Amino acid sequence: MIIAVASGKGGTGKTTIATSLALSLALNGSLPILFLDCDVEAPNAHIFLKPELAKKNSVDILIPSVLESKCTLCARCSEVCQFNAIAVLGKKVVVFPQLCHGCGSCMLVCPEHAIEELANNIGVIECGLTAEGILFVRGMLNEGEPMPVPIIRRLKKLISPQKNQIIIIDTSPGASCPVVATVQDADFLILVTEPTPFGLHDLRAAVEISRAMQIPAGVVINRENGDSLELEGYCHHENLPVLMRVPYARKIAEGIARGQPLINIISDYQNQFISLFNQIVAALQLKNE
Amino acid sequence: MKVALTVTEPSLDAKIDPRFGRSAFLLLIDTDNDQWEAFTNESINSPSGAGVKTAQFVVDHKVKAVISGDFGPNALRALQSACILLYLYGKCVTGREAIEKFKAGQLQQVNLLDESD
Repeated sequence: MIIAVASGKGGTGKTTIATSLALSLALNGSLPILFLDCDVEAPNAHIFLKPELAKKNSVDILIPSVLESKCTLCARCSEVCQFNAIAVLGKKVVVFPQLCHGCGSCMLVCPEHAIEELANNIGVIECGLTAEGILFVRGMLNEGEPMPVPIIRRLKKLISPQKNQIIIIDTSPGASCPVVATVQDADFLILVTEPTPFGLHDLRAAVEISRAMQIPAGVVINRENGDSLELEGYCHHENLPVLMRVPYARKIAEGIARGQPLINIISDYQNQFISLFNQIVAALQLKNE
Repeated sequence: MKVALTVTEPSLDAKIDPRFGRSAFLLLIDTDNDQWEAFTNESINSPSGAGVKTAQFVVDHKVKAVISGDFGPNALRALQSACILLYLYGKCVTGREAIEKFKAGQLQQVNLLDESD
């Protein structure tokens, strides 16, 4: 089962919820847990899960390299490129690696076979075990690289259809390509939000993604301060179950700032996360019937 | 000499557009006879590489110099590899003002060495 934790708005507590859900399930039972930190531009789940990172793999994309001796400047390569990553400028063919998505179209259309592909490193994937036995994997995009999706796709390939394995995915904020690539194939989406105008605005965008991709979703309201009327009304109207509420409390903020998982700050939360998981299981059973 | 300017309307008296890759219009002017022609910038809605595509347009039209508000890193590399001279609007308000200043040699030229780091 794949559960992705997303939010729309940044800083609502995705990682707080994702890491404590993984820890609660790991401490509770014998099901194998795989945790993927797909927020490759700013991965931070390791702060709470404290894995022993043992393996590191480089992530490369293939970018074109033009053999000038064979090139006739016909410009088919630049015409086919949807990202303007290759241009024929006067008597030169120029490649823009940071615009290239590595699709290989330019190489395929080149009538002179003048294009080769070279590996261009854009980031790393690291993995290791946590003390609780969670298999932890994170991707990290190199600083200054603009394209997170190739790393996210590589991370997602590590998911094997192992029976009973629970996969928890931490998603990047926003509602664009990286989020769509991350939540693709998820069985359920936990949408973490907060009772602010921004929280609600961006929740709507995240809900639109879940609807368009036909992934069932539920909401966690974080930093609840008694001012959630509009947010609760929206969830009710959209038939979105509110799976859990976390209060706006100094004690929690202090613990998170020290890198403590929510369930270590307030121990009662372990049961709440198990109950959250059971609600997801029940929702999915209902959907499959 | 053929010069390209980025402008907000298809006219020499239009306000300048400070963006290169996503400017609304491109004005190509021949400084020898002051004849100009305006083009809609086709790459304005390009999801990626608008600067490269606009540079491609400028190069294909045999332009020798470009005047704009600024140049992004990809546009800069593209224009630079075609040996096109680059100038900044500075405080110019209209296209006409910019081209007069260009002819008088009063526009700041982009220092390629400064931009490359």
